[in-house]
Amino acid sequence: MSTIYDVKDKLGRDERVKTSSLLTTLIRKPELGAVAGLVLVIVFFLVFASPTMFTLAGIMNIMAPASQLGILAIGAALLMIGGEFDLSLGSMIAFAGLVFAAALVVWHMPLAAAILIAFLVALVVGTVNAQIVIRTGLPSFIVTLAFLFILRGLTLVGLKWASGGATQLRGIKDVVEGSTLAGFFSGNALEGLFAWMAAHDMIDKFPNGLPKVSGVPVEAVWFVLFALFATWLLLRTKFGNWIFASGGDARAARNSGVPVNRVKTTLFVVTAACATLVAIITVLDAGSTDARRGFQKEFEAIIAAVIGGCLLTGGYGSAIGAFFGSLIFGMVLIGLTYTTIDQDWYLVFLGTMLLVAVVFNNVVRKRVTGER
Amino acid sequence: MAETPIIEVRDLVKHFGSVIALNGVSLKVSSGEVLCLLGDNGAGKSTLIKTLAGVHKRSAGDFLVDGRSIDFESPRDALDAGIATVYQDLAMIPLMSITRNFFMGREPLKGFGPFRYMDMKRADTVTREEMHKIGIDIRDPQQAVGTLSGGERQCVAIARAVYFGAKVLILDEPTSALGVAQTSMVLKYIDLVRSKGLGVVFITHNVRHAFAVGNRFTVLNRGRTLGTHAKGEIAMDALQNLMAGGKELQELSGELGGTI
Repeated sequence: MSTIYDVKDKLGRDERVKTSSLLTTLIRKPELGAVAGLVLVIVFFLVFASPTMFTLAGIMNIMAPASQLGILAIGAALLMIGGEFDLSLGSMIAFAGLVFAAALVVWHMPLAAAILIAFLVALVVGTVNAQIVIRTGLPSFIVTLAFLFILRGLTLVGLKWASGGATQLRGIKDVVEGSTLAGFFSGNALEGLFAWMAAHDMIDKFPNGLPKVSGVPVEAVWFVLFALFATWLLLRTKFGNWIFASGGDARAARNSGVPVNRVKTTLFVVTAACATLVAIITVLDAGSTDARRGFQKEFEAIIAAVIGGCLLTGGYGSAIGAFFGSLIFGMVLIGLTYTTIDQDWYLVFLGTMLLVAVVFNNVVRKRVTGER
Repeated sequence: MAETPIIEVRDLVKHFGSVIALNGVSLKVSSGEVLCLLGDNGAGKSTLIKTLAGVHKRSAGDFLVDGRSIDFESPRDALDAGIATVYQDLAMIPLMSITRNFFMGREPLKGFGPFRYMDMKRADTVTREEMHKIGIDIRDPQQAVGTLSGGERQCVAIARAVYFGAKVLILDEPTSALGVAQTSMVLKYIDLVRSKGLGVVFITHNVRHAFAVGNRFTVLNRGRTLGTHAKGEIAMDALQNLMAGGKELQELSGELGGTI
């Protein structure tokens, strides 16, 4: 058969195809741009920021916002690779926060039940989003845009009802006091390890022997574990292959026996569950919830996913890329406070990064698919 | 023929509401033969393929696989029965690697319970071997399908179906978007598949391509089959006219000096 392509050189290679270089292999990795971006940002702050930024305490400061965004961004990335958007992500944080807080404060439920209820609501919202998108065939962009407003509105109405007229619900700290379960969602993790490291002079400590940094913010643990799990899921499992296939070409995937609707529904639910996890973490952290929770987080999550190499058209991207994308965000948001630069440059940076990433991704896509 | 055909349909009818898409289609295909299904646009080829592939359910008529009447609930059922369909433009996902495309929907797994994962190493090895068998030398099975030519993509899609134990292949206009060299590549591969004992339903509106590999020709016009002819029983021109529904094309062809 190969005689059809007899335009080959002495070594038996097609003379029109260059051997793939290291660069081509690298560029095939969707997360390349995010890694490069992160290196750039680190170099920038090494030069311009006060050196305290890169102490252990400074890094933990970065990890808190990066992790909260990262959990959302990885969920958004999986969904984008699966070919859909979820613009209701930010409003879902507020709505899940309301449900969670109301369950604790208004209905006086135990913490475990409140967490369960919050995730059940995520299951419902994710399924509703998915079913509307699948059954109507409308772009998820428009369907979830509707839910961006619906959920935000419901949160406002619900908050006023639950608090008797205010847009804030307080008193959560008192209710969950002393709960071991709360430790999985708030405060610091690995405190034992940090105490041990301080005792052995591996990290900075106060004169009384306690470590200056008492542990890793618990959301950072969720963030890292979720990033590892999502990457494994995408690259190494059957379901991961189905995600790529559903986003790459839903009809081709269906023809090959991939249950595309089930994949997309699962991804919408996962995204809503990510928002709920962040809601629980932030509500427990602050001890209250309010109507502005998660405002515009849907955009930040999508931007982090795009920086991480996700194509807006679906079928291509990476979870670990979204991980690095979120680190970039956290680093810039916190890093600017260590410099003399006006913090509002953060928004300018956000937009610029998005533009650069999209242009870069476009080039990569053409490379990968051999388009000219 | 004494042998039971792999697929046989008799007087197949398919309605979509008040639209009659298929109105009496009969054909059969046995192992080791290429049945060409010829028809112009709107003849009902797509509906017929989708009915055979389990996408649509027939409204009336008989559909026999290995001599037994069958009802497919989904494309998956058709695949499990050994009927694999390769669609013209929907066969492969360009952004995914060759390996991922090859095993899409049928991923080889390793490990236990919730920790089962894709055996990428095996998948890569199998893909590379299968590609080698059909004469496509790929440097890296992890390269995106988008880097392959149209003909190569069709061949990969066919190789995939063969590898997963298809008994009969339904090829939806596999050559219509291809250049000359790539067309001959695909046609040669169809010939190879037949010699392995598979049945092939080759859908096309190009009589030349049909004549190159077909054993028998069934013409579809306005939702009906206009009979089946063995190779040697009918000339290329006659087939062409039959497909176009008679006179008009003859007249047009005359005006153009017989070049169609």
